[in-house]
Amino acid sequence: MTYIAKPKFHHPGLPKNELGFTHRDYEGKVSTLCAGCGHDSITASIIEACFELSIEPHRVAKISGIGCSSKTPDYFLGNSHGFNSVHGRMPSVLTGANLANRDLIYLGVSGDGDSASIGFGQFAHAIRRGVNMAYIVENNGVYGLTKGQFSATADRGSKSKRGVTNTDNAIDLVAIALQLGASFVARSFSGDKTQLVPLIEAAITHKGASFIDVISPCVAFNNHTGSTKSFDYVREHNDAVNRLDVITGRAPITVDYAPGTVQVVEQHDGTRLALRKLDADYDVHDRLAAMAFLQKHAAKGQVVTGLLYVDPEADDLHTHLNTVEQPLNTLEAKDLCPGSAALEKFNASLR
Amino acid sequence: MPAASPLSRVNDFVVRFANVNGSGSASANELFARSILRHGVPVSPRNIFPSNIQGLPTWYEVRVTEEGHLGARGGVDMMVAMNPQTWDKDVASIEAGGYLFYDSTKPLPASKFREDITVVGVPLTAITNSTYNDPRQRQLFKNIIYLGALSALFDMDPKLVETLIGEQYKGKEKLLSSNIHALHLGRDWALQNLKCPIGLRIKKADKVGDRIFIEGNSAAALGAVYGGATVCAWYPITPSSSLADAFTAHCKRLRHDPETKQAKYAIVQGEDELASIGIVIGAGWNGARAFTATSGPGISLMQEFIGLSYFAEIPAVIMDVQRAGPSTGMPTRTQQCDIISAAYASHGDTKHILLFPEDPAEAFEMAAQCFDLADRLQTTVFLMLDLDIGMNHRLCRPLKWDESKQYDRGKVMTAEMLEAGTNFGRYLDVDGDGIPFRTYPGTHPTKGSFFTRGTSRDEYARYTEEGSAYQANMQRLLRKFDTAKDLVPRPLQANAVKATKYGVIYFGSTAPAMDEAIGVLEARGHQLDRLRVRAFPFHSSVSSFIAGHDFVFVVEQNRDAQLRSLVVNELNIDPVRLVPILHYDGTPITARFIAKAIGDHLDQLKVTPLRKVVS
Ligand SMILES: Cc1ncc(C[n+]2csc(CCOP(=O)(O)OP(=O)(O)O)c2C)c(N)n1
Ligand code: SF4
Ligand SMILES: [Mg+2]
Repeated sequence: MTYIAKPKFHHPGLPKNELGFTHRDYEGKVSTLCAGCGHDSITASIIEACFELSIEPHRVAKISGIGCSSKTPDYFLGNSHGFNSVHGRMPSVLTGANLANRDLIYLGVSGDGDSASIGFGQFAHAIRRGVNMAYIVENNGVYGLTKGQFSATADRGSKSKRGVTNTDNAIDLVAIALQLGASFVARSFSGDKTQLVPLIEAAITHKGASFIDVISPCVAFNNHTGSTKSFDYVREHNDAVNRLDVITGRAPITVDYAPGTVQVVEQHDGTRLALRKLDADYDVHDRLAAMAFLQKHAAKGQVVTGLLYVDPEADDLHTHLNTVEQPLNTLEAKDLCPGSAALEKFNASLR
Repeated sequence: MPAASPLSRVNDFVVRFANVNGSGSASANELFARSILRHGVPVSPRNIFPSNIQGLPTWYEVRVTEEGHLGARGGVDMMVAMNPQTWDKDVASIEAGGYLFYDSTKPLPASKFREDITVVGVPLTAITNSTYNDPRQRQLFKNIIYLGALSALFDMDPKLVETLIGEQYKGKEKLLSSNIHALHLGRDWALQNLKCPIGLRIKKADKVGDRIFIEGNSAAALGAVYGGATVCAWYPITPSSSLADAFTAHCKRLRHDPETKQAKYAIVQGEDELASIGIVIGAGWNGARAFTATSGPGISLMQEFIGLSYFAEIPAVIMDVQRAGPSTGMPTRTQQCDIISAAYASHGDTKHILLFPEDPAEAFEMAAQCFDLADRLQTTVFLMLDLDIGMNHRLCRPLKWDESKQYDRGKVMTAEMLEAGTNFGRYLDVDGDGIPFRTYPGTHPTKGSFFTRGTSRDEYARYTEEGSAYQANMQRLLRKFDTAKDLVPRPLQANAVKATKYGVIYFGSTAPAMDEAIGVLEARGHQLDRLRVRAFPFHSSVSSFIAGHDFVFVVEQNRDAQLRSLVVNELNIDPVRLVPILHYDGTPITARFIAKAIGDHLDQLKVTPLRKVVS
């Protein structure tokens, strides 16, 4: 028996998506983060993306680690199950959840401390396994929740609010994700909703490991001069390679683009990604070039944003493991238990 | 050395093979053990191996025991000394009157031997080299050649050995005939050149019955298949790796869709134990039955997640194949040393469910049961195996499965129940057993979703730092643990023939040695009632057993009397009433050890009145 989601009653004037849901149906609890925190803007973009994609909210599993960023799954998709797990371990929990039920949409939310410090290993391994998920790091370069210590993504030479200069090299999660074989890699900025929303949509519809690094200033501890994750710094140094529109088969939207600068990428599920290229020779299918491009711009102090790499033909961990189509969590004793006759045979082989 | 008359024993002796790791001796030695079983005579073999792949010494010990004593015995009656490196120690370890079997190709000085043992030399290398040219063949067939010679010395029926070789190489005619050939090379040489049989002999009996010969790790892995595990995540560590390997092999055989060939399981080799338990908890949260197999160091790494499973109430199964700790300890030696670290794993107030199987048959049953318990109790359940059970073939009753058995998925609220308006509070105790209902993610569009977290929350899964809500929840978790006492396997009691004031508590792989020790103690005039504990939390019968005796021995394989501490702590027992009997040198506990330790203690008691007079 299946239940069709019934949208809550809202003001008739609110715009509805294909399933008849409004934005409100994708919201969660009221955020308890600091006013102006970049993470809240990302939450808004996730809500927008899920609304646009007409996802049934309860078919999403939201999984996070620990941190201000990891708290945010409570603030969107209130009708989805969420799991605020342990610090740095979202990737393994998500992997297990995904193995149990391949039919849900997996949204992994993490912070830069969560993914680049304590959970660097788990980040790497979930990506190299090709877990089908949208993995979003809300990257502020600090540990927000524990009051502003540097994280591993803090740039060398950047200054903390207390005036301490970071002398360690930064980890660029985008570069690592490319190297690890993520089949969808993007970077964006919490303050750039027009770029971020379609990236989230594309990451969700992408089959395989999608990774988005979203620079997300921490207004409490990392939005001052000398920080390279502040609103002002990112706005000034942002170099967008492309702008994206996601065209689902169900709801074609017309994109306004100039011929010659658009690349259309068709994904597994039929969604098409229309890329308005700002950098004419940027090719989203070339992993090596993406890595070089990234390094080149990083050396110039530029933060490259946009869709950096996508492999539309990617597969996922379930494909690698050749698991049955039916979610494993719905298999019953009759599917799983070989029974006493098989056991008798086994016993006989051990005498 | 004083002369001793050569041992003369039928179906009751210990043979030890001293080999070099990686020399291919393992399969020949196992063949030897199986051949004896085919004579209807029980054996209990044990691997003693280093934590290296090649070049270091390994031993394989076969206890031949018509009486069916499956614990280690201690001592060696016949040493098959194939490793020059360990020669001196090996020769020294032979019981007086015992036998030494060695490769006599190169002459050895008399000082290398003992006068009180019988030396049996077979020029194995010479025979092998004159028959085979290929170095690999030489190495492999040398093992079969000594097996052949032993079959003559022990008066074994060669037909039975041949049948076994035939089964092993079914369909591989060339290998089959060359193995049979090698067997007879050794056997014939012995028959022609030595006095056969020697004093140690195998005589056909009918003492094996329908029992099977299996490693505990394989049985536990099969229990996971039967128990409905679909997700397994693990990280290699001795002695648990073979459990994950066996699960993989069983699944390949039993869990593929016959038409699509697709897998009804997912196995992931994690990047470490943190990932392994994380995957298990993620899968458990999402309604699949999941487990990991590990050993002590893995349990240490998993601590934080185990606390999450306890507090957020997520089913998980951990199969802990214990080895000697602390730290890397003796990684290829056995102990029961993770009892405390598993029972109270993680920070804060936690308690976990532990099951203690005594042998592979029970490992199979309990492994399957773990998944029902984890789902019912929504928490981590440990299957406490150890290297002795896990990595050795053990003779045990055949595995049985009750066809009528359904999986107990515990309290899961369905879409229908939610639609019908059932009140859902994720942490709400609706019927007093301390166990709340859960929903699987994706169940219903508007009802039944909740946010899982390791932080404090109220009955409706809403975040709270309210002290009273926190305490109420912690109390409910205790209630749940109380409920578990009647769900886990009960202790098994066996009373002494005569009424006695003394009892003994033991568990897990100690069982066969303990059972044997009881006989020895009886012969010494000591009566003991026995209680084999099979799970934690302890059933009320553990308290009453202790209350019913003046004092109780607690026999275990660790230094710190961990189970005893658990009994004292959880059941509020006066420690004076529990006498620890501890074996922890890394070898499996023996009946000799137990009988001596307990016997000496009880003997002393008999003289207590005298001492009282003195003091
Ligand atoms: C094992 C463990 N160590 C330390 C902490 C403390 N802690 C909580 S959040 C956090 C850092 C979070 O940083 P980040 O992931 O960047 O999230 P943000 O708050 O910046 O969004 C730390 C160190 C913890 N919860 N668990
Ligand atoms: S501390 Fe920083 S990251 Fe945390 S909520 Fe406040 S602004 Fe956001
Ligand atoms: Mg951060």
